[in-house]
Amino acid sequence: MSMDTVFKALADPSRRQLLDRLFAENGQTLNELCGGLDMSRQAVTKHLGILEEANLIAVQWRGREKLHYLNPVPIFDIADRWIGKFERGRLRALNDLKKNLEREEP
Amino acid sequence: MSDFVYVTYIYTTPQKVWDAITKPEFARRYWVHYNVSDWKPGSRWEHQHGDDSGKVLIDGTVLESNPPRRLVMTWARPDKSQEPSRVTFDIADYAPGLICLTVTHDQLEADPAMAASVSGGWPKVLSNLKSMLETGKTENIWLTKGKEG
Repeated sequence: MSMDTVFKALADPSRRQLLDRLFAENGQTLNELCGGLDMSRQAVTKHLGILEEANLIAVQWRGREKLHYLNPVPIFDIADRWIGKFERGRLRALNDLKKNLEREEP
Repeated sequence: MSDFVYVTYIYTTPQKVWDAITKPEFARRYWVHYNVSDWKPGSRWEHQHGDDSGKVLIDGTVLESNPPRRLVMTWARPDKSQEPSRVTFDIADYAPGLICLTVTHDQLEADPAMAASVSGGWPKVLSNLKSMLETGKTENIWLTKGKEG
């Protein structure tokens, strides 16, 4: 649960891909998460374990089904540490500007 | 599925987390807006604006109240334009001096706009709650956008 664990968990592209999939659809089972991925079931299980240990994934049981939820709270803790309250507004404005500019056709 | 589950581990006591959720003087510090109720099952609760205008941003009914461990309530738009959703706070001991707070916001299927809004809000609220309880420091998390969480 330390910041080290969070950074290590986020350092791997496959694990970021799993988080992306939960961001697109939250509350998936292992089977659902494995679908369409170029990763073995074993690898997905291992990555999910590391993400769970870093508290980036929260798990809930519905009957016999284990559902995985994206838990972005540790990422906000990291942002909190280095982004001051006055910078936050400006950074968001810059981020909005960047998104708008990149969306525009040349 | 449009449910959300958020988990945070906080070096504090269950009672302090319970107070932070249910008492306006604490909620004001990290959530800005605050919750008002007698927190008895069946009672109404209100999420009131931090500017003290008395404006109700969200309201609902307390479904379950087991201090300092579990609080379940409906989460409704005051104008009742959409079906209400449901919020559950679970406060569990994790290790000596360390608690695990799980916030589940479900039954959001009928109100995608609310789902989008709360998914941006909860992580900020919970991160700021952790800061307050562990370090005493908080910041105005709604500084640039007047969204309710």
